[in-house]
Amino acid sequence: MKKFLASKGILVLLLGLLLLLAACGSSEESSNEESAADDTPEQTEEENEAEETETDTEEEGNEEAGEKLVIGFSQVGAESEWRTANTKSIQDAITDAGHELKFSDAQQKQENQIKAIRSFITQKVDAIVFSPVVETGFETVLQEAKDANIPVFLADRSVDIEDDSLWTTFLGSDFVEEGRKAGNWLVEEMADEEGPVNIVELQGTVGSAPAIDRKEGFEEIIGSEDKFEIIKSQTGDFTRAKGKEVMEAFLKSDGENIDVLYSHNDDMAIGAIQAIEEYGLKPGEDIIIIGVDAVRGAFEAMADGKMNVTIECNPLFGPQLVDLIEQHFAGEELEKRIAVEESMYTMDQAEELLPTREY
Amino acid sequence: MGKSIMRSRLFWPIMVLILILLINLFFDSSFLSIEVRNGRLTGSIIDILNRGAPLMLISIGMTLVIATKGIDLSVGSVIAMSGAIGAMSVANAETDGLGPLFTAIALALVISTLVGGWNGLLVSRIGVQPIVATLILMVAGRGVAQLITGGQITTVYYDPYNFIGGGYLLALPFSVFIVAFVLLLAVLITRKTALGLFIESVGSNPDASRLAGINSKNIMLMVYLFSGFCAGVGGLILSSNVMSADGNNAGLWFELDAILAVVIGGTSLMGGRFYLMGTIIGALIIQSLTTTIYSIGVPAETNLVVKAVVVLIVCLLQSPEFRSKVFGTGKLKKTKEQKESEGVTLS
Repeated sequence: MKKFLASKGILVLLLGLLLLLAACGSSEESSNEESAADDTPEQTEEENEAEETETDTEEEGNEEAGEKLVIGFSQVGAESEWRTANTKSIQDAITDAGHELKFSDAQQKQENQIKAIRSFITQKVDAIVFSPVVETGFETVLQEAKDANIPVFLADRSVDIEDDSLWTTFLGSDFVEEGRKAGNWLVEEMADEEGPVNIVELQGTVGSAPAIDRKEGFEEIIGSEDKFEIIKSQTGDFTRAKGKEVMEAFLKSDGENIDVLYSHNDDMAIGAIQAIEEYGLKPGEDIIIIGVDAVRGAFEAMADGKMNVTIECNPLFGPQLVDLIEQHFAGEELEKRIAVEESMYTMDQAEELLPTREY
Repeated sequence: MGKSIMRSRLFWPIMVLILILLINLFFDSSFLSIEVRNGRLTGSIIDILNRGAPLMLISIGMTLVIATKGIDLSVGSVIAMSGAIGAMSVANAETDGLGPLFTAIALALVISTLVGGWNGLLVSRIGVQPIVATLILMVAGRGVAQLITGGQITTVYYDPYNFIGGGYLLALPFSVFIVAFVLLLAVLITRKTALGLFIESVGSNPDASRLAGINSKNIMLMVYLFSGFCAGVGGLILSSNVMSADGNNAGLWFELDAILAVVIGGTSLMGGRFYLMGTIIGALIIQSLTTTIYSIGVPAETNLVVKAVVVLIVCLLQSPEFRSKVFGTGKLKKTKEQKESEGVTLS
């Protein structure tokens, strides 16, 4: 009898475990939708406004686009303000254009992303938008999408796959071009200077694509004139604290010889500005400061006259992306690589634009 | 006399520190000069002290933990948490009064000390191995910091907050005074009372210490509390210095630098002995190395290699076996003396 009870106990335990597992499974499935739901409350307020105006334009839009599309969007995660602005822009653009959005946040994990894309395929969405967490390992799942005849649009980040028929187009920032823009601005600004112009450079994280490309593009332009010289170049890991620390060391070793600071992102530039001020020089006047990204903090610094220019790395390419998707469904052939429309902001524009910056 | 100096645990670390400073002097003759700008002392040496402050603080806490044969991997995350708490609680301050500042400091330090205590409880009461117990907080703490900041970099516009990590007192960075104060506190408590001996005894044999009447568990709890506190202060300095909270990157890999500083300073990971002054010198070596790399223009890609090579040299120099093998047992004394005199003439 005792033995029977014991085995029964085990059975009950097992059953319980099964139930638990089943529960886990279902909660995992719903978590995608949950995360989508998590994101919506923030939008709803603004969306409501938009929707009111939208309803009348929607019908027109639909006639033009021909049909209401279901678009699955798998985002990397929410690691920075830039990314959050990017997510919101794409989500808003899709819903504002009258399409249906299925959103999934990969939380920086490839497995989540593959799972999300598979679930988009089973749900038979019309198009998939995704920003790959890493460059490799998506062959199988993209092949599945191709077999299911679902076009894939890469946003912001690319994949490293030889067979480029697996995706329709890649829309993202051209980091080399950003570096060139920074270089061009400097060449123009310094056109009357005799030189030599001593430049210090704060690089991004060693080995990251933006760091490599922004350096390359910048050097390509300034290399054409002899008066420019990069006297120090060091990584600041894209962070404010490191940017400040490295700039402090630059100032101690080169001090007043430094004419220009080129920083691979705005956060490092903001840290460096603090270091320059503490050293007793005037950022923006004694040392010209060039940043990349155009985040809010950079506009604040420019409005205070402490920073000269920031090259935009635009996360708000949602509308451009939706246009591309609609063009694709209208039967147009798209190029495999399309650069995001980006501009450049200088000190004079900053004050005016500051209130309009979304990120 | 010369012999006793060389036998000191501090001899080799100090030599390396001097060597690094000399290398800097070679590349930049104004390296050691200190001038007054805006009523503040400025110069590379001041920078090293100022930037090294968080590392020194955290290493002090780490030294005591390692002395009990433990290890605290969570300090980096505690830095991020404390910085996030401090910055977020003053982010919306509307006055420029000092009220919010003290609330922020108190809040950040109390919570950091408490999470340090959590480590201590796991290790001393539950008997979890220190490396595992603190690993939990290392992972979770950064998550908490990201939750507090919402994963974003938050900028603080409340000026008094800048004083902790960016302020100056008597022409010196305020963070240097914080380090001096905490160091003095730690030295007094461990060397002027029996507590230091208790810590060492717990580190060499907790059971024997317990049988000898020492409350091993409470000693362990205490060192983790202290380590959490130190990390909390370090986090405040780091976040206040750049006037922002960055849950993702603040204090990243600090635990490893701190352990390195402790080891360079001559404290054994096996516990039972500790050298607070050695730790301070270890932390200064790491920081001067970083500053050196920035100021002499080592290419960014090779930073870590350069750092690793120097650390390797320090560790080898500190090993008596290595010294006797390389310099030969008989010649040992002579070469050392030569090296010392070289150092004197150069400086």
